[in-house]
Amino acid sequence: MPMRNTRIETLGILALLATLLAALPALAQPARGGRGGAPATPKTAAPVDLTGYWVSIVDEDWRFRMVTPVPGDYMGVPMTAASKQVADAWDPAKDEAAGEQCKSYGAPAILRVPEHLHLTWQDDQTMKLETDSGTQTRLFHFGDWKPAGGPPTWQGDSTASWEGVAGGRGFGAAPGAGGSETSDPTGRGDLKVTTTHLKAGYLRKNGVPYSENAQLTEYYDIVKEKNGDTMLVVTIVTTDPQYLREPFIITSHFKKQANNDGWKPTPCSAKW
Amino acid sequence: MTRTTAGLMAALFVCAGLPALAQVDLSGSWQSKNHEDALERGAGPNPGDFSGIPFNESGRAFALMNSQSQISMPERICAFYSQWHMMVGTFGEKIWNEVDPVTGKTVAWVVGAWEDRAPMTIWMDGRPQPSKNAPHSQAGFTTGVWEGNILTATTTHMLTGYLRRNGVMTSDQATMITHFIKHGDMLTLFSEMDDPIYLSEPYYISRTFVTAPTLMNSGGPPCVVGDEGVPEGAVPHYLPGKNPLVDEMGKLYGIPREAAMGGAETAYPAFRDKIKDKFVMGAKCQKNCGGPAGN
Repeated sequence: MPMRNTRIETLGILALLATLLAALPALAQPARGGRGGAPATPKTAAPVDLTGYWVSIVDEDWRFRMVTPVPGDYMGVPMTAASKQVADAWDPAKDEAAGEQCKSYGAPAILRVPEHLHLTWQDDQTMKLETDSGTQTRLFHFGDWKPAGGPPTWQGDSTASWEGVAGGRGFGAAPGAGGSETSDPTGRGDLKVTTTHLKAGYLRKNGVPYSENAQLTEYYDIVKEKNGDTMLVVTIVTTDPQYLREPFIITSHFKKQANNDGWKPTPCSAKW
Repeated sequence: MTRTTAGLMAALFVCAGLPALAQVDLSGSWQSKNHEDALERGAGPNPGDFSGIPFNESGRAFALMNSQSQISMPERICAFYSQWHMMVGTFGEKIWNEVDPVTGKTVAWVVGAWEDRAPMTIWMDGRPQPSKNAPHSQAGFTTGVWEGNILTATTTHMLTGYLRRNGVMTSDQATMITHFIKHGDMLTLFSEMDDPIYLSEPYYISRTFVTAPTLMNSGGPPCVVGDEGVPEGAVPHYLPGKNPLVDEMGKLYGIPREAAMGGAETAYPAFRDKIKDKFVMGAKCQKNCGGPAGN
C-alpha cells in the first residue's frame, strides 16, 4: 500500500508539472533555430521583429526637431557651463564650410531627426539602421564583435544584445544568440545598443554639443496597438562627462510602414 | 514522503514561482526627467502652440476659443488633472501593487496621485468594464494586462480634460492607453490618446522616469474647487478668429502659423517640405531658454 500511494502521489505531481510547463510556452520551447536545428544566431533568436520601414512621429520637442531651433534655446538639456560656451558660438555656415554639416546627425541625435528608418539584417550578427534624412547608416554588432579602430565617426561603434530573449541566457539559450542576463521567459523583449567612439557633434541642431567622450545607450521596444499601429519606442540615454551634468534621457517613437512610402534620401544640412 | 516525491515537490514550487517572472516589478519611486518637452512639462506650453497635435477641425476650433482664465472657473479648475497629466505634468510617480490578502496575487497596480491628479488604479483581476453610460470621473477606469514584459493599461470613463495645457482638450469619450516599459532603473511610459471628438488620429507621446533616491509620497492633495473670482456663468473665451495669441509661435521662434495650428500632418517628416520656405529663424532665444542654470 505505501508503494502504491507513492506512485499515485508522484503521478499527480508529474501531471501538475506538465500543466505548469504547458502554461510557460516560451520556457518550454527553444529559441528559434535552437535545439534540434541550426545554432541560434542573434537574427534567429530575435524576440521582436524590428525590421522594416518606420516613420518618426514628431509631437515632442517639435520646435527643436521640425525646424532649426533658434540660437540659445537649450530648454531641457542638462548642459554644463562648458557646453553652453560651445553652443553659444554655434555657426552653421562655418560648419558647412568645414564639411561638418552632419554634426547634428550623429548617433546621439539621429533618432530625433524627422525621418524614415529602414532596419534590416546585414548578416546573422549585424543589424543595419539606415535613415533617409542625412543618409546615415548605423550598424549594431551582436556577439563578440571588436571594432576595427581608426578615427571616431558620427555613428560610432555599436554593440547590441537582446534583452528578454526566449530561451536566452539563464533559460537555456544557445551560445551566441545574444541573450542577456535579464531574460524574460515570455518571449517579449527589446534590443539594447551601446555606442562609443563617437565623433563630437550636436545633440540639437543649434549647436548643443556632445564630446568624443560621450556614450550612448538605447533600448528599442516594439508596442502593438489595438488600432493596428505597430510602434517602435526608443529610449535614448546619452552620458557625457564634459558637456552634460547628468544623463540626457529622451524617448523617440516611430510608426511602422507597410512599405518605403515617403523614403526620401536627403543630405545632411547644418541650417535646416 | 519519499526522496523522489520531495524532489518533485521542490521542482513544482520552482515552476509555480516562474509565472511571476513574466510580470515586471514596477513598484518604487520614479523621478521625472523632463529633458524633452521641458517647457510643456514644466511651466507649461506656449499659447498657440498646437504643433504635432493630430487635431480635427473641432479640436482646433475649441482650442482657439480657449482663454487660460478658464481654469479659474469652478467647473474647470481641475481640468488639468486628468490621467493624461501623468504624461505631461511635471512630477514623478510612486507606483505600488495591491495584493489579494489571501492569495497574495496582484489585483491592481496603482500609480499614486500627485499634485491634484487622482491616482490611477490599474485593475489586473479581469473585472469587466463599466457600462459606457456609467458616471465618468477625474480618475477614470483603468484595466491592465501584461504583454510580455510590458504592462498595458487602458483608461476610459475620464472627464473632459486637457491634452496640452494651452487649451487642447480631450472629450469624455477619449481612451488613453499607456504602456509601462522598464529598463533597469528607468521606466518609460508610452501613451496613446484616442478621441473621436477632437482628434483625427491617435496622439502618441512618451516620457522616461528614473529610480528616485528618496521615497516619494503615495498621494497628494485632491484638486479642490475654489472661487478664483470668475463670475458665475461666465466662460472666459475668444470668439472665432479673435484669438490674439495665434501667432505667438511665429513671434518667438519663427514657426509658421500653419505649423503652430497643428493637425496630423504636422507630426510627419514630409511636413517640413511645406514650411521650409516659410520658416524664418529668430535671432536669439528670448525666454525659457534653459542652459546650465536649469532646464
